[in-house]
Amino acid sequence: MTSWLDHTINGLIVGNVYALIAVGLALIFGVSRLINFAHGSVYVVGAYVGWVAVVHVATPLVLTIPLVALMSAALGLVIERFGLRPLQNSVRIAPLLATIGISFVLDQIVLLVFTPNPRALPSQLPDWRLTVGSGTIGALDLLIAGIGVASAVLLFGFLRFTRLGWAVRATAQDRDAAQQMGVDVHAVNQVVFGIASALGGISGLLVGMYYNQIDPAMSLQATLKGVVAEVVGGVGNVPGAVVGSLLLGLIESYGIAMLGTSYRNLFAFLLLVLILVLRPNGLFASARQLPPEPLTGTFIAPSRPLRVPGWVLLAAATAFAIVPLVLDAPYLLQTLTNAWLFAMLALSLTLIAGSVGQVSLGHAALLAIGGYTSALLALTWGVPVGMAILAAGVVTAALGTLLVSPSFRLRGHYVSIATLAIGEIVALTILNWESVTRGPIGLVGIPPLQVFGIDLGDARSVYWVSLGVLVLLAALQFRLLGSHLGRSFRAIRDDDVAARVYGLGLDRYKSLAFIFGGFAAGISGAIAAHLYSYINHETFNTQQSILALTIVILGGLGNVVGAIVGAVALVGLPEIFRVAAEYRILIYGVVLLLLVRFRPQGLMGTV
Amino acid sequence: MSALLELRGLTRRFGGLTAVDGIDLDVEDGELVSIIGPNGAGKTTLFNLVTGLDAPNAGSVAFAGAPITGMTPERIAALGLARTFQLGRVFANLSVMDNVLIGAHTRLAAVRPKVPLVGPLLELALALWRPPAVKAEEAALRAEVRDILSRFGERLLPRIDQPAYSLSYANRRRVEIARALALKPRLLLLDEPTAGMNPTETAEMQALVAELKASGLTILLIEHKLDMVMRLSDRVVVMDEGRKIAEGPGAAVRSDPKVIEAYLGHGLRPVAAAAE
Repeated sequence: MTSWLDHTINGLIVGNVYALIAVGLALIFGVSRLINFAHGSVYVVGAYVGWVAVVHVATPLVLTIPLVALMSAALGLVIERFGLRPLQNSVRIAPLLATIGISFVLDQIVLLVFTPNPRALPSQLPDWRLTVGSGTIGALDLLIAGIGVASAVLLFGFLRFTRLGWAVRATAQDRDAAQQMGVDVHAVNQVVFGIASALGGISGLLVGMYYNQIDPAMSLQATLKGVVAEVVGGVGNVPGAVVGSLLLGLIESYGIAMLGTSYRNLFAFLLLVLILVLRPNGLFASARQLPPEPLTGTFIAPSRPLRVPGWVLLAAATAFAIVPLVLDAPYLLQTLTNAWLFAMLALSLTLIAGSVGQVSLGHAALLAIGGYTSALLALTWGVPVGMAILAAGVVTAALGTLLVSPSFRLRGHYVSIATLAIGEIVALTILNWESVTRGPIGLVGIPPLQVFGIDLGDARSVYWVSLGVLVLLAALQFRLLGSHLGRSFRAIRDDDVAARVYGLGLDRYKSLAFIFGGFAAGISGAIAAHLYSYINHETFNTQQSILALTIVILGGLGNVVGAIVGAVALVGLPEIFRVAAEYRILIYGVVLLLLVRFRPQGLMGTV
Repeated sequence: MSALLELRGLTRRFGGLTAVDGIDLDVEDGELVSIIGPNGAGKTTLFNLVTGLDAPNAGSVAFAGAPITGMTPERIAALGLARTFQLGRVFANLSVMDNVLIGAHTRLAAVRPKVPLVGPLLELALALWRPPAVKAEEAALRAEVRDILSRFGERLLPRIDQPAYSLSYANRRRVEIARALALKPRLLLLDEPTAGMNPTETAEMQALVAELKASGLTILLIEHKLDMVMRLSDRVVVMDEGRKIAEGPGAAVRSDPKVIEAYLGHGLRPVAAAAE
């Protein structure tokens, strides 16, 4: 058994690594009010630059670290200049979405170049360990601690004593005022992205050495950990980020010691949700003030939605309904079925992210809840499949709303972080709650689609069922948006303060939206589970959440028809053109970036 | 008989700054009371405390005899208290019609049955199903919105289906007032309704407020344009640095030396000291 001292040391070292990420995120948030979801990708690129240098060029450590810092900084500059600066005057959520797109693109490029297989990253340090009391400290531990402390000191000195550092702090306090006083805020942004990315890249290198392994999938985890640490310390608070990171490292380390490795991330995300609910401004912040009064809402891009006449929709639905009768194309049917299932998820998300303005990044969790509920009902209790799917919709509506309810009082980027974390918590619960979910093994032999004893498991029936359910859900959502609830949701999105002053309780109306949206997503996940016959904790993942968001933005936020068009375009087209799977995510990332930059209102317009 | 709105010792501190400092204020039924004072005197914070957007550190607010201190804004709205905002908070992507309909939200009855626990679910079901009673209620409210908008002449009616973001600044302020009227308030709080308006628009707004007052509506008004304040108010309250420094009929307040000092004196004192 390892000692508590070891766990403490381990926690502090891991915390140091998190700090390198979190400090960068805090700096970036400080000057540009943006949670940079591409930060984890810079971290991965840093790790791979280090790997190439060490393994292929055999650089010594004193060269590897500056090289990684330089390359990562350069990448940060490129992201700032070409990814984010053009979005400066666009809607508030645009830069956040752009960083998600950039992250997808970068991760996928790394994956295509270096393959998804893990690589060993040798540590280049002597393998001695110093015994301290009952624990030990290795050379690498000292290096990480040293770099952590040195970065903190350098950063402090830079911010405190240099002119440029003053400019950074001035910009963080009041961007407009700084600009008016002659501070070149673009230069400040560049410097901040450079520094933050250099630190992030070094962090990737150190983590790679620490675990002697790197892979492209580390990106999202790194971003999440950094965000958790940053939120714990207070978003935008640099010293707070360091303390938050160390705290997170320790909590994880002790938690693992008590419960095991697979719980590591669960602690991080529970901590995040707890902080967001109890102290949304972080542990060290004091006052909560009303948000400034916006003259007009700036969440979604104003546009005139395209009105599609009813007969066109009817004709389109009929045309798709007779496809299986006239075409003998099983592959096409399968593809379109998949698109219909995604369209249901997109309907749910376009209501929640578009109509109510809660940009959820964890929407796939609703699929998972629906899929698992229906599969377990059918497998364990022998509930007829049709009933099980319906029940899954209801359970997802209830459970999903309950789980997300802590985020109801949050706004803007915080909602996105919270939903992302809640989504991860659901996935991790499924992984760890083995007695019910069978953990990593997953659920096998889920019975095929069946209603009233009629077998609907063949490709054509599944197609029709999915299409029928989709049309029904879309019609219901149309009706919902035309009611007083539709305008209430949109009012909350545009200005939640004014909405409350006119009697719209946020909890009540956000709950109603999640109940409706949760039902649609739950049904989608349930049908998918019976279609696939096998699901596990990775079947419904973050990539699907982001894909759903891209679909919704492509279609136009809040736009019901847009959600379906978007799903066919993004799920159907790549499949029909047989785009290889690994390029698909690249395409999604690029599409998201292009949309955010050039057509934030989407194809059909925001509603 | 107690006043419609009663504030007692209302206090709000932000860190070291006391934005609202022990304010006592009564507003009687049918009265128009104006609050004036230099920028940063705490007027808007006072409105936030009354409407439940902010909670006081001390003191109490009572509306129609019942305490509402610390109540949520949505509950206070349901009691019949409506407000506008200093810089304007319209729902940008909603049409003028929908903006004003939101104002009537607390009056929806058919679609929002007062049933404990399952009330919200019933509301969702009724919104989807829309039985005749719900349809009739919605139609009646829409007709009423047109009536309210017709108070603004041809300013808003022709733009009834346009999104609020496409309106001029003055029209957005008008939408805000229309939205407040749709609540059928017992007390209307207007936060600088003429801010940023030109003289013609200001005169129109003044006429509208006078008309509302004549119709018997109780109004608490924050306004910088003293001309308008003097013409409309039954009573004027002057705030400075969070405190009430004067209260009374417009003419009396206007000549109060403390008021003159509050408006002119700040910032002159250090200059005068430096000159000595």
